[in-house]
Amino acid sequence: MDVTEQETELKALVADILAEAEKQGADQCEVSVSSDEGLSVNVRKGELEQVEFNQDRGFGITVYFGQRKGSASTTDSSRAAIENTVAAASNIARFTEEDPCNGLADASLMQTEVIDLDLFHPWTLEPDVATDLACACEGAGLEMDDRLTNSDGASVNTQQSVRVYGNSHGFLGSYIATRHGMSCVLIGEDESGMQRDYWYSVGRNQEDLDAAEDIGREAARRTLARLSPRKASTGTYPVLFAPPMAAGLIGHVIGAISGGALYRNASFLIDSMGKQIMPDWLSLVERPQLPGQLGSAYFDSDGLATHEKAFVDSGVVASYVLSSYSARKLGLEPTGNAGGVFNLDLDGTARDPAELLSGMGTGLYVTELMGQGVNTVTGDYSRGAAGFWVEDGQIAYPVAEATIAGNLSDMLMNITGIGTDVDYRGNIRAPSILVSEMTVAGDGSG
Amino acid sequence: MNDTQTARDRILEPTDVTQEDLERSIDDLLGHEIDFGEVFVQNIRSESWGLEDGIVKDGSFSVDAGIGVRALVGEKTGFAYCEDIRREGLGDAVAAARSIARAGKGRQGTGYKVASVDSMYGPEDPIAALDEVRKVRLLQRADQTARAVDARVKEVNVRISASHELMMVVASDGTVGQDIRPLTRLDVSVIVESGGRRERGNAGGGGRRNLDDPATDAWADNLAREAVRMALINLEAVETPAGPMPVVLGPGWPGVLLHEAVGHGLEGDFNRKGSSTYANRVGERVASPLCTIVDEGSIPGRRGSLSMDDEGSPTRKTVLIENGVLKGYMQDKLNARLMNVTSTGNGRRQSYAHVPMPRMTNTYMEPGESDPEEILRSVQRGVYAVNFGGGSVDITSGRFVFSATEAYLIEDGKVTAPLRGATLIGNGPDVMNAVSMVGNDLALDGGVGVCGKDGQSVPVGVGQPTLKVDEIVVGGTQA
Repeated sequence: MDVTEQETELKALVADILAEAEKQGADQCEVSVSSDEGLSVNVRKGELEQVEFNQDRGFGITVYFGQRKGSASTTDSSRAAIENTVAAASNIARFTEEDPCNGLADASLMQTEVIDLDLFHPWTLEPDVATDLACACEGAGLEMDDRLTNSDGASVNTQQSVRVYGNSHGFLGSYIATRHGMSCVLIGEDESGMQRDYWYSVGRNQEDLDAAEDIGREAARRTLARLSPRKASTGTYPVLFAPPMAAGLIGHVIGAISGGALYRNASFLIDSMGKQIMPDWLSLVERPQLPGQLGSAYFDSDGLATHEKAFVDSGVVASYVLSSYSARKLGLEPTGNAGGVFNLDLDGTARDPAELLSGMGTGLYVTELMGQGVNTVTGDYSRGAAGFWVEDGQIAYPVAEATIAGNLSDMLMNITGIGTDVDYRGNIRAPSILVSEMTVAGDGSG
Repeated sequence: MNDTQTARDRILEPTDVTQEDLERSIDDLLGHEIDFGEVFVQNIRSESWGLEDGIVKDGSFSVDAGIGVRALVGEKTGFAYCEDIRREGLGDAVAAARSIARAGKGRQGTGYKVASVDSMYGPEDPIAALDEVRKVRLLQRADQTARAVDARVKEVNVRISASHELMMVVASDGTVGQDIRPLTRLDVSVIVESGGRRERGNAGGGGRRNLDDPATDAWADNLAREAVRMALINLEAVETPAGPMPVVLGPGWPGVLLHEAVGHGLEGDFNRKGSSTYANRVGERVASPLCTIVDEGSIPGRRGSLSMDDEGSPTRKTVLIENGVLKGYMQDKLNARLMNVTSTGNGRRQSYAHVPMPRMTNTYMEPGESDPEEILRSVQRGVYAVNFGGGSVDITSGRFVFSATEAYLIEDGKVTAPLRGATLIGNGPDVMNAVSMVGNDLALDGGVGVCGKDGQSVPVGVGQPTLKVDEIVVGGTQA
């Protein structure tokens, strides 16, 4: 089915479900429907390993009876399933308790425009073409060095999706989007054992993907660089986070200024509005309506218009990350962030990453983090890390089995540099981040 | 629908698909040159209720049903699925999955035999076992219990979840499997505050069992008290020393170390591909002789248990490491066939929309002979870790990490100050070789484990007795 026909059909489905909810007596109702289809091909050691065709469809509904709420979802969109699902949600709402903050966002806040964000660029990809691409990607990596003895394969995938959200205020919005990706995981071996690393590229448009061979070669370079790791020195050192790791760090900040964590008192940044949490030369800015980007959105999952804003302006918290529910809980206005943030940038004076490295003296350059040792209630941070030991501003040797620890409040204030090397492959578009001081643990020299 | 109906009847009856359609689909798959064809049909109903701010403010119910079709040829897999259980969707999925191989001579599947397995749980629907009023009361009870323990309790979140899964699998090797699987879980999370400092505590549990049990109230109370206890201990926690040191791991949930440090590395797929640090090492010593580690899906009622795996193979107890020597790997059908062994009943998938892989069930270490007290007494200065948030592993290098949510300093053989934010990092084989004492107090976890692999989540169990590891790198803030 053509994608615009699908969109029309899903919009009609949303209208049917809303009508059914009204018929069953709901005071308010909201519905999300999605339909995805795609292809994913994996190869390993030059041979096809898996072809997967996916086709997903489902809808979720939330009904409000006064300020009592119930939700239900299903993969079935038959007439009977609609009736049953609305009935299941309504039944739950008979037993939940009144919550004065429940209900749709104010009707006046709904997005009124339809904005084309240029998110739909279908890729007509046949399995055999995908296989050739993936083989080229993996092959270019494997042939770089004899120490690359094995592979966990390369994959190419393409997805297209239609998402429709509607509510009983009469709001009905939709997104038609595509997302394509290519990745490669290689395994290297020398006398000290095996190491793996990977690389990937992702975009709304197939033309934005890196060349298959470049992805394979980058996976190869990264894997080779990790062979024969040593332990890190135990002590207090500067830590440079590579962009994908820095995105995680920014993610913890966003988590801590999100409404859900704030109203539950589960954040180390409670009451941080107007307070400085980062150096004054840094700002965290959301740009939701950039065309063609991975995190772009013109309405959030409450139906509210998104807008550009700083969450952290010159080091100071300028906005929390709020849905209409969490805004009511906190007595604030919603920020158009139901469902999260949309295209987040760390703005500030950026330097060449090589300059950051040469300026850090002796410390750890982190290219991988492991484990879940981040406590957003206290800000305590303690994670497994791998990367490279830096001596006198030069990469000295690979490091594995290290830990880095600190408190996020201190780590954020101790940011002394950011790179020009922004990673645009996610919703949080992070550069390298240099933190002047953390506790590193590895060998027994501490 | 009643409890005496089979999973097959319950799944297929409301649809236009029959068992004959599924068998015909296998014939259609076999019309191409494949080694193995499989159709998996599933219907999962789930329900969850949440309490926050003293009120039960949300509840949700979902139905997810569909068919997954797989065609295997050599090391290749063709996979497609359809949402909804419909004859038309099944036909499309079959055509897509078999496109991995060329059309060949028509063949037919024969010898279908309904697998007979021992049931590890009852067929009752845990969602229906407690009515809505009783579920709401149970959440309120946990909330009130937690708040009554200590005035420093500021926030309480309680969630109850239950699901009822019906599955059926038909495969070209003659398999016809069907299973009805209940799963329940209760979680309590609290935040305590004292003198401007806030800490969190969590406790949870559950399994493949029903909630309609006279002990359910006492269980909810215990979880609530446990969450508060942990949070209050963390209020007193001091900075963790950083660096290598002896670590004593408590019994039960700390078995997540085995899951990460050993379990994943012993899954058949990684070993077939040679990407695991344990590849080609069967018969070698890979751990201290004190260590015997098993995976056992066939324990009644546990979270990681299954009567049969998702490929219809019966679950069982598989010895992975015996007295330190590597005995074998966990296998699904694909990897077992390629490695010339038999499936160990570890072929699991998140749902019909995901391909099966070798996965753990309940993984634990057999008890040893040491008294747990004696183990603690043997440590001059180290860390005693009794609860963990979670962990992860790089199976190629063997590196693993996990984060303690409750840990203490050991000084002169005594457990002293609680520690904050302790992370343990090491290498599976190194750490398992450094196990120097194993307690006689084997315990399995309370039933909260979720294991992720290649983007697929499945419920698992872990367990172990008290263990002493002579040296693990501890990540803390105090250098």
